[in-house]
Amino acid sequence: MSPENGKHLPENYATGLNFEATELTLGLPGKPRVTISDGGAKSGTKRGFLETVDLNLGDKDCGQSQIDVQEAAKSPVSKAQVVGWPPVRGFRKNAMKSCKYVKVAVDGAPYLRKVDLQMYSSYQLLLSSLEDMFSCFIMRNYLNEKKIVDQVNGLEYVPTYEDKDGDWMMVGDVPWQMFVESCKRLRLMKSSEAIGLAPNTPPKCSSTT
Amino acid sequence: MLWVSRKTIKMNYFPDEVLEHMFFFITSHKDRNSVSLVCKSWYKIERYSRQRVFIGNCYSISPERLIARFPGLKSLTLKGKPHFADFNLVPHEWGGFVYPWIEALAKSRIGLEELRLKRMVVSDESLEFLSKSFVNFKSLVLVSCEGFTTDGLAAIAANCRFLRELDLQENEVDDQRGHWLSCFPESCTSLVTLNFACLKGEINLGALERLVVRSPNLKSLRLNHAVPLDTLQKLLMQAPQLVDLGTGSYVDDPSSEAYSKLKSVFQRCKSIRSLSGFFEVAPHCMSAIYPICRNLTFLNLSYAPGLHGNELTKLIQHCRKLQRLWILDCIGDKGLGVVASTCKELQELRVFPSDLGPGNAAMTEEGLVLLSEGCPKLNSLLYFCQQMTNAALITVAKNCPNFIRFRLCILDPVKCDPVTNQPLDEGFGAIVHFCKGLKRLSLTGLLTDQVFNYIGMYAEQLEMLSIAFAGDSDEGMLYVLNGCKKLRKLEIMKSRFGNAALLEDMGKYEAMRSLWMSSCEVTLGGCKTLAEKMPRLSVEIINESEQMEFSHDDRQKVDKMYLYRTLVGHRKDSPAFVCIL
Repeated sequence: MSPENGKHLPENYATGLNFEATELTLGLPGKPRVTISDGGAKSGTKRGFLETVDLNLGDKDCGQSQIDVQEAAKSPVSKAQVVGWPPVRGFRKNAMKSCKYVKVAVDGAPYLRKVDLQMYSSYQLLLSSLEDMFSCFIMRNYLNEKKIVDQVNGLEYVPTYEDKDGDWMMVGDVPWQMFVESCKRLRLMKSSEAIGLAPNTPPKCSSTT
Repeated sequence: MLWVSRKTIKMNYFPDEVLEHMFFFITSHKDRNSVSLVCKSWYKIERYSRQRVFIGNCYSISPERLIARFPGLKSLTLKGKPHFADFNLVPHEWGGFVYPWIEALAKSRIGLEELRLKRMVVSDESLEFLSKSFVNFKSLVLVSCEGFTTDGLAAIAANCRFLRELDLQENEVDDQRGHWLSCFPESCTSLVTLNFACLKGEINLGALERLVVRSPNLKSLRLNHAVPLDTLQKLLMQAPQLVDLGTGSYVDDPSSEAYSKLKSVFQRCKSIRSLSGFFEVAPHCMSAIYPICRNLTFLNLSYAPGLHGNELTKLIQHCRKLQRLWILDCIGDKGLGVVASTCKELQELRVFPSDLGPGNAAMTEEGLVLLSEGCPKLNSLLYFCQQMTNAALITVAKNCPNFIRFRLCILDPVKCDPVTNQPLDEGFGAIVHFCKGLKRLSLTGLLTDQVFNYIGMYAEQLEMLSIAFAGDSDEGMLYVLNGCKKLRKLEIMKSRFGNAALLEDMGKYEAMRSLWMSSCEVTLGGCKTLAEKMPRLSVEIINESEQMEFSHDDRQKVDKMYLYRTLVGHRKDSPAFVCIL
């Protein structure tokens, strides 16, 4: 369980809460990554699906039927729901389905991780595992809060999660099983942003040594 | 005029027994087929001495003809459904039933010892029939089959007295909660291979332990998820001679007694070369297997989404002799960099997607390039990724000219090169150009007819080609059909190829095993024309939904067409939703 040396964060990690930008797809700096948007083309630094494909029929370079692209633009996700796509054996698809995997994002880290909540039986074990994964942080139990502190920059992180209703909550407020069932994804949020997150958020503590 | 008298040269130098002995050393199916074509006497000797037969399409020949030609048959391999059945493109009741084969073989005097089936429908009835019909039956291998339950396995266990191999790979098996493992009699001590990793239900752990104890020849043991780490430790104590191990559920508290016993028993398992399983995995427990890693040649972690980049790379750094690696894309591009710097003997890599949603794939072209730079022996690749560039493919082709199998799957199937916005024609063109021995290719990404031009020009050894969402016109398909002389299997989905391509060189299909086209531009009329002109082909139209009437409009596009050469005419067992023209 040896902690890694602190990593340099690449210059181009996206600001803001753009999770796609922090996905584990290491593009070279400066190169825009084209991703499938969740519905409609993305704005900002990323080019939408539409823009990367020439719409003209008969064009030698990027020949693509207009209808296909329009379909894709409407809902690019539908390509993945095409029968027979992606080409993964049914057996494998079924085997991978029965897990409770949620993405974990850390503010400022250039990658997302995934955890299987069913692997843990308590908050303690979960946070300990998160500590391993984002191994430049250490976990600190401060009063009744569960905080994670970055050794390098002294910033505090609060583990939060998005529940089934889309609300962002503090990790630890509900019984463990309830949490497992309702958690959609995790985010280690900078303390400064965590104020007012949930009704009973305790006041922010001063930074530790 | 000069008459030259022609003498028939007879290979009468050797008596039959000598020829037969010589043929014994010729084992590949291709070679034996060639031998049988030399002359009548060779044909005769070959057919009596042939013990192993491979039938790539169970509908291309009948069991009766097989039995008639090869009375000495001991081992039969049969494949049923077309490859795209793996991806839900073929309805379950389409066909591929093994029962008639077993029935015919049982009636004959064939002393069947081995049966290997892929994508076939296997009923409990056929398993029971099999188990009772062949006294010397030794080996059953089922890959991607369906239709049976653990009751069928119980029959095999109970009745096959000399069973050496029971190998179940990725089958859909209904678990009847029976005790099939307990059905192996006490007298059964001959097991060499036992693989039940794909079973979903509970296992009688006591019966399993007793079975392993009385199987001193056991070399390959692959457990299912229901076997806990504690039992694994006990099994390994009894079978330190294992060469191939598939763990069950690999979860425990690292401070437990079972885990510490496991650690020490792993140190004694010096023969393990192949490792798989890890269906549930506690990352903290992986260090126990480090002692085995240094000798591993095959590692399959593709069902272990609980292992992440760091844990994976730590593990892989111990595996310097790895030749084949199956992994999930949790490994990431950087993780492949670790593979590249550690596994210099790597020949085969498969990277599977851990999340099937679009835009969620973790791999990019960078991982593949890193891999190609470190592993020049790479010859087989399956790579699911988010994106690919032409530049990367060209680099990979130059670094690894030994590719035999190259399967790239970009999860967004029409994605172009994100750097240049160009289609991936040039990249794949480089693959077929530099990899002169390429036998199997799967393409994705934005692709025009040009890539097929390259394939037709350069892919001289290509035997199997899989195409999806590609091409602009019939020209594309024609390039392939005209250029790839060794093509045996062509499967196409959602591409703009139509009747002109289908009908240009119909004789070609007799030199191929099969052609699959779904959601393309071929019409019913085109298929009918083909079926009329080529009586030795079976042209099947598979209807999407059973309610749909088979239209009589020849202009109607066909949703799914599957055609294959056959020596025995149309099959009689097709369901209502299949129309054989």
